[in-house]
Amino acid sequence: MAWEFLTVYWREMIRFVRFRTQLFSSLLQPALWMAFFGVAMSSNFDRFTSSIPAPAGVVPLDYLTFMAAGVIAMTTLFTSLFGGMSLLFDKNWGLMREMLASPMPRTHIMLGVSLSGMTKSFIQVSIIMAFGLLLGVQFFPGYSAARTVLSILGIFAFVAAFSLGFLLFSSAISMRLESPEGLQGIMTLLTLPLFFVSNALYPIQAFPPLLQALSIYNPLTHLVNGIRYFALGNDFFAVGARYTSSTVDVLGSFAYLAIFAAVMYLLARRTFEKAVVT
Amino acid sequence: MGGDDIIEVRDLEHAFGDFAAVRGISFTVRRGEIFSFLGPNGAGKSTTINILTTLLPLQKGAVRVAGYDVARESGEVRKAIGIVFQDDVLDRDLTVQETMEFHGRLYSIPREERRRQIDDLLRVVELEFKRDERTKNLSGGMKRRLQIARGLMTRPEVLFLDEPTQGLDPQTRMRIWDYIRQVNGAGTTIFLTTHYMEEADMLSDRIGIIDHGRIVVTGTPAELKNALGEDVVYLETDDDRRARDALSGIEEIRSVTDSTRGLSVTISADGSHCLPIIVDAVRSAGIGISSVNLKKPTMDDVFVHYTGRELRDTGA
Repeated sequence: MAWEFLTVYWREMIRFVRFRTQLFSSLLQPALWMAFFGVAMSSNFDRFTSSIPAPAGVVPLDYLTFMAAGVIAMTTLFTSLFGGMSLLFDKNWGLMREMLASPMPRTHIMLGVSLSGMTKSFIQVSIIMAFGLLLGVQFFPGYSAARTVLSILGIFAFVAAFSLGFLLFSSAISMRLESPEGLQGIMTLLTLPLFFVSNALYPIQAFPPLLQALSIYNPLTHLVNGIRYFALGNDFFAVGARYTSSTVDVLGSFAYLAIFAAVMYLLARRTFEKAVVT
Repeated sequence: MGGDDIIEVRDLEHAFGDFAAVRGISFTVRRGEIFSFLGPNGAGKSTTINILTTLLPLQKGAVRVAGYDVARESGEVRKAIGIVFQDDVLDRDLTVQETMEFHGRLYSIPREERRRQIDDLLRVVELEFKRDERTKNLSGGMKRRLQIARGLMTRPEVLFLDEPTQGLDPQTRMRIWDYIRQVNGAGTTIFLTTHYMEEADMLSDRIGIIDHGRIVVTGTPAELKNALGEDVVYLETDDDRRARDALSGIEEIRSVTDSTRGLSVTISADGSHCLPIIVDAVRSAGIGISSVNLKKPTMDDVFVHYTGRELRDTGA
């Protein structure tokens, strides 16, 4: 009975493959980040940081490998923040009324849209990992096949929790807005602090205390922690800093993202149940 | 609820901020009829239809649709109704088939039944050969037919049509009317809003005229027109003054006035029977008649009579 959100999901995915430009740009964009920003920055960073020796017994990693996790996180962030956009189109074209006037529970609209956004993130993440490996990213160093599979599942679990949180947030905001331009404005404004006050591109160890404190509360930091834990191991050295993490740290990060997603679910549910669109 | 009323509205009021869009309307729609809301844009038609279809919350009054209270049992109401929206509410990039499929899934219609319904309905609205066409490539009339088919998919007890033929050419409009009659003939109650007089007149069993958020009158098209009771005969004669005198003795004549088209004679009885009497009276007084014209009241006249202005003056 309560599977109608799959209907919304089905339609979102039809749209995803049918809007060719959107499809290609969403797949190409992360690859371009890796190919240009990644390669350019890593050639610089590796020169700066090569003077700092890695402690004995710790695996040193090049910058490209370090930032690949950041690009995965960033792509997930962007896709999720703008995931509510299709709701705005539905509202503007009147399509939302068809769904709101149907017996389908309203929460299913946001669930369908969010799950499709999550699927898109999974596709993008897979592409970045595959493309990254081609470029020389050293993910899963020396892992057995079983451990690699488990690690990929772990990364997907983190991406799932993180993207659902931001997709529900984006859906709730979209439901309250009138125009796609409004969403674009808000999300672009949010992108900068979320992206830069995090450990996606550089270590936070050298941040000023305030930024460092802020970055701990940033869900993106926790997503990156999770991805690095699964892709690079629990003890590695990169960009002049040593990273160690325990299982408890990673579970903590995951719990943080899960709670974030749960709070966003409640917020979005409230918005959708009260929504009036005519 | 009185068994045969499928829609019951009592003292409905609705305001957007300070603006009162609907100011206390009451009406009922009987099971199986075609009921039209006729009025200019901004009269409160869409607000009312949005409340009846649960898209707007009920602010004041009582509304029951298909036996359910729209405020407390909105879920049941939604299952019982179908809606064809005013503008084309179609996903441009879905095909005809997908559009129907999406709608059927929203209402949890089981797969087998859904497929059968889609086949049947697309045949009814003659879109079975457009199945795999994206909706953006359909003509205006096809889009509207697709939406009617979609609205019927859930076998609703009441089908709401908001301005179903707005912006369509005359032939297409007549075809849509045929579909609406056909659907009604199969047992679905129709509630439609329109600002086309002709549409209300041709299609409805009963009409409610709405203006400034109030229902000014409700009745069958014939009742509304008869209530005016005024057939008008336009006479062009050789000598209007003498003709006036010649007419003075006829009982059925209510008034005679000068107009741009000669004499305008308002009669209280059926004009087609009075006309020969009028002509005989004028002729036997030796006055020549160069033209005679009998005009029956139209829905336009009805509208002007009840609202004091012409529908087309209101920016419709």
